Amino acid sequence: MTLFLIVALPFLGALLPGVMNGAGRAATAAVTFIVTLAAFIGLLSNLPAIWAGEVVTARLSWMPLLGLDANFMLDGLGFFFALLILGIGLLIIAYARHYLSRDDNAGQFFTYLLLFQGAMVGIVLSDNILLLLIFWEMTSLSSFLLIGFWKHLPEGRQGARMALTVTGGGGLALIGGMLILGNIAGSYDLSVILSEREAIQASPLYLPALLLILLGCFTKSAQFPFHFWLPHAMAAPTPVSAYLHSATMVKAGIFLMARLWPVLAGTPEWFVIVTTAGLVTMVLGALIALFKNDLKALLAFSTVSHLGLITMLLGTGTAFGAMAAVFHILNHATFKAALFMSAGIVDHEAHTRDIRRLGGLRRLMPVTFVIATLAALSMAGIPFLNGFLSKEMMLEETTHTVLFGLDWLAPALATFGALLSAAYSFRFIGHTFLGPVRDDYPARPHDPGPGLWVPPAILVTLFIVIGCAPFLAEPFVKLVTAALLGDAAEVPYAYLAIWHGLVPALFLSITALVGGMILFLAYAPLSRLWETAPRPEAKSIFDRVIAASVRGASALTHGLHNGAFTRYAAIAILAILVFGAHAWVTGTVGAVTRSVQSAGPIPVIGTLILAAATAGLVILHRNRFLALILIGIVGLMVSIGFVYLSAPDLAMTQFTVEVVTIILLLLALNFLPNRSPVESGVLRRVRDGVLAVAGGVATFTLAYHYMLRDAVATPISEFHLANSYKGGGGTNVVNVILVDFRGFDTYGEIIVLGIAALLIYALTEALLDGPVRRRLLNRIPDQRRSGDMHPMMMVVLTRVIMPVVLLVGFYIFLRGHNEPGGGFIAGLIVSIGVVMQYMASGFAWTSARLRYPYHGIIGAGVLIAGFTGIGAWFVGKPFLSTAFTYVRIPPFAEFEIATAMGFDLGVLLCVVGAVMLSLESFSRLARRADTQDSDHPMDIDPSRGEDAGQQGGTA
Amino acid sequence: MELLVALIVGVLTAGGIYLVLRFRTFPVILGMSLLTYAVNVFLFSSGRLTIGAPPILSDDVTLYTDPLPQALVLTAIVISFGMTAVAVMIALGAYLGSDDDRIDDTPQDREGTS
Repeated sequence: MTLFLIVALPFLGALLPGVMNGAGRAATAAVTFIVTLAAFIGLLSNLPAIWAGEVVTARLSWMPLLGLDANFMLDGLGFFFALLILGIGLLIIAYARHYLSRDDNAGQFFTYLLLFQGAMVGIVLSDNILLLLIFWEMTSLSSFLLIGFWKHLPEGRQGARMALTVTGGGGLALIGGMLILGNIAGSYDLSVILSEREAIQASPLYLPALLLILLGCFTKSAQFPFHFWLPHAMAAPTPVSAYLHSATMVKAGIFLMARLWPVLAGTPEWFVIVTTAGLVTMVLGALIALFKNDLKALLAFSTVSHLGLITMLLGTGTAFGAMAAVFHILNHATFKAALFMSAGIVDHEAHTRDIRRLGGLRRLMPVTFVIATLAALSMAGIPFLNGFLSKEMMLEETTHTVLFGLDWLAPALATFGALLSAAYSFRFIGHTFLGPVRDDYPARPHDPGPGLWVPPAILVTLFIVIGCAPFLAEPFVKLVTAALLGDAAEVPYAYLAIWHGLVPALFLSITALVGGMILFLAYAPLSRLWETAPRPEAKSIFDRVIAASVRGASALTHGLHNGAFTRYAAIAILAILVFGAHAWVTGTVGAVTRSVQSAGPIPVIGTLILAAATAGLVILHRNRFLALILIGIVGLMVSIGFVYLSAPDLAMTQFTVEVVTIILLLLALNFLPNRSPVESGVLRRVRDGVLAVAGGVATFTLAYHYMLRDAVATPISEFHLANSYKGGGGTNVVNVILVDFRGFDTYGEIIVLGIAALLIYALTEALLDGPVRRRLLNRIPDQRRSGDMHPMMMVVLTRVIMPVVLLVGFYIFLRGHNEPGGGFIAGLIVSIGVVMQYMASGFAWTSARLRYPYHGIIGAGVLIAGFTGIGAWFVGKPFLSTAFTYVRIPPFAEFEIATAMGFDLGVLLCVVGAVMLSLESFSRLARRADTQDSDHPMDIDPSRGEDAGQQGGTA
Repeated sequence: MELLVALIVGVLTAGGIYLVLRFRTFPVILGMSLLTYAVNVFLFSSGRLTIGAPPILSDDVTLYTDPLPQALVLTAIVISFGMTAVAVMIALGAYLGSDDDRIDDTPQDREGTS
């Protein structure tokens, strides 16, 4: 089966349990099982190739410019982990089906589980490290959902948050480290990175990359000092603990260390950091585990300890250490998953996991007792069980490891760890199952149905087989080790066996077992000692750190973002000025290359009018109506300036936009107060004035310098001017640029315009639905209403000129390609024509005659423009290519038909729709407020009777 | 001529900045409009100033002004209408909702958010 399908199956399958949630636990579990089984079989179908030493790949170019490709690679190491993930996954699903209760949302659970499974498979099969990072983050997220699955339990929520914070933070560090690594290697493909050992280890960035990657691995695999999240994650349902926190997710960090072992390992930095962290974690985890009373907490800390052991083995940097690590990963995954499932069974049947309330379960739950005991003995390292084999290899490896120049340190610590490990394993058996039967269990314990004990029993069989006949596992372990080592080292010659002769490791192993037994027998006094000893509580430290970060963050946010807009604006303006001044001072100013053009008296007068209007606006802005008139003058002068400076299209656009903007502001002023009160002190106004003048001087200087110099490169407009007629079929170059050369930009802009109008519509709707509606209905207008709301002259005039306006709009539209005009301007003209009808004849009269809603017009405009662009595809041209031809229909003169016209029509419709929808929304507010609509469009209508006229007039 | 256009840009910017720093929504919207004019004129001037040479092709004319900034500014003018309309709508909604057209949060509002 292709690797794509193996990775994709869990994700696709994740939909099923959620969708069929109503079908019950059994059905959702069955479908989850089938999906996983399919992926598992797919994985196994690749076994022959892997066995032959091949690397199976599947490549799909995704975003090659970013170096992000969907490349997958399956070698021995990836196969090994994928086998663990999917194989143990199958057992866990079967177990969970019986473990979850009727109240649990099984569909949700299995969906999360499959998402997690897919992400894990993705990690171990990724060839591209960016892809790997994506899957990495997905495991953090999906495990968050799984740990917090019992949302009603505060421990579950807190544990999930802590796990996400720690592993997510590590994930961020990992991203940094991986990007550095990819940069050094020149590729984000693992297969390339793995062959760049020398370059990477010689790079000055090796150490930062190593530290960041290890941070990611250590947080994920709960290595000291990040070990504290794992026990808190045990608030999850037991299947999750067994799956994520023994076999899979916590192994992701181990996997990555193993995957990158050929390029990262072997340096002194790697050796010291990884070996030390591993040893410390191993001893510390085992020590805490020994004194834990919660079965799952005991197992959690023992997992921490065993992960430390594996990390330490990888840290030694020798091929033998790597092989021992691989073997122990396999062994640990099998016995620890079985142990978690046994603990889950005990919890499920006895309703408690507290060791102090258990004991004597041997007679009540014989099946569970056998399974749990065998698993725990394997963990303790008893011969003929697999834990013994890898533990002895570990001890053997430490006897060759010289840490900090001391050759006894590593073996001593490792033996001490193994001793503690044996002690807590004995305690797990002794205090749970042995001893007298009690009569105060919360529930009457008994063996569960086979659904719960068969999955762990399968694992137990597996590790007994490995334990008794290690040579069966040897080829596989060596295959995986070969893949792990890559080209960096040779697979060691050593073989897996129970009896290696009287080697030092054997004596260390015996010491550990005997010492463990002594510790177990002396547990009661030791426990009292432990209880009285002071020790830091990781959770409270973590909580304090989080609380402090939250305080710091909110102090910073509220300090900077205190809700004062004027402050933000002032800071932004000041910052722009400072940066601009810096650029101005440090940069160089080129020589003047253009001469100043002389200006006649008229431009000077125009500029003075504009400046006076602006100054007047600033001084008189408190009188809002006056301010509107003044800003109208400013806009008008700008339009005239455009005419004068050879920009007729701009002038027409500015002029028409000015009209609709003023109408819009008038509609708004209908509600807003007419005056702005004086609120700023003199000092404040001086400060603002200084900022304003500085800004003005800056833009003046910039514009002036700019205009006196030619462009540093030939403007691309040369091309536009040369090709406008030849290629675009139009002589109005501005319009041809809009609808042809830069048609895609224009297309985006009309869409933005449409979105803005829809936003306004939506805001109006929200306002009219909310409390504002009542306020509007009760509002008393602060100004006297006009006595003649619909003056007859205006009504008659606007109706008469409506066809003329439309004709003008049509004319401007048609000629746009060759003369000033086009869709934008025509759209604005048509809008003004329609707005006039609203103003003169009233909202109701106009709305009643409206055949199409304005949203529809916006949509039609965007669609017409889009389809016109797509039309080019049918003749094999890129999107928005235009074609044109000249036709002559007698008796008219020859005229041009261009596809660009269709696009321009879309622009026109979009502009009309957007402008009208905005204005209409504002008027709807007004209508809601105070206007009683006249029944008649004209208040005074000679054709109606005298009474009717009177009535209308008072309305 | 260049001096005049640069002056226009400067005056519009100064007026715009001053009004944007006011405390009520309406002057801020007017200030944004002034800044819009300033930016549009500045963008337009980046094509350098040419008098009496509109970019309408004709057989007997060889000098045209730069059409590209014009095309950019044309759409900018239309979009700025949309932007102004949205800003006005937000201002209006805020005023109708709280009977207050101050642009800054009052200290009470800030208490509420923190």
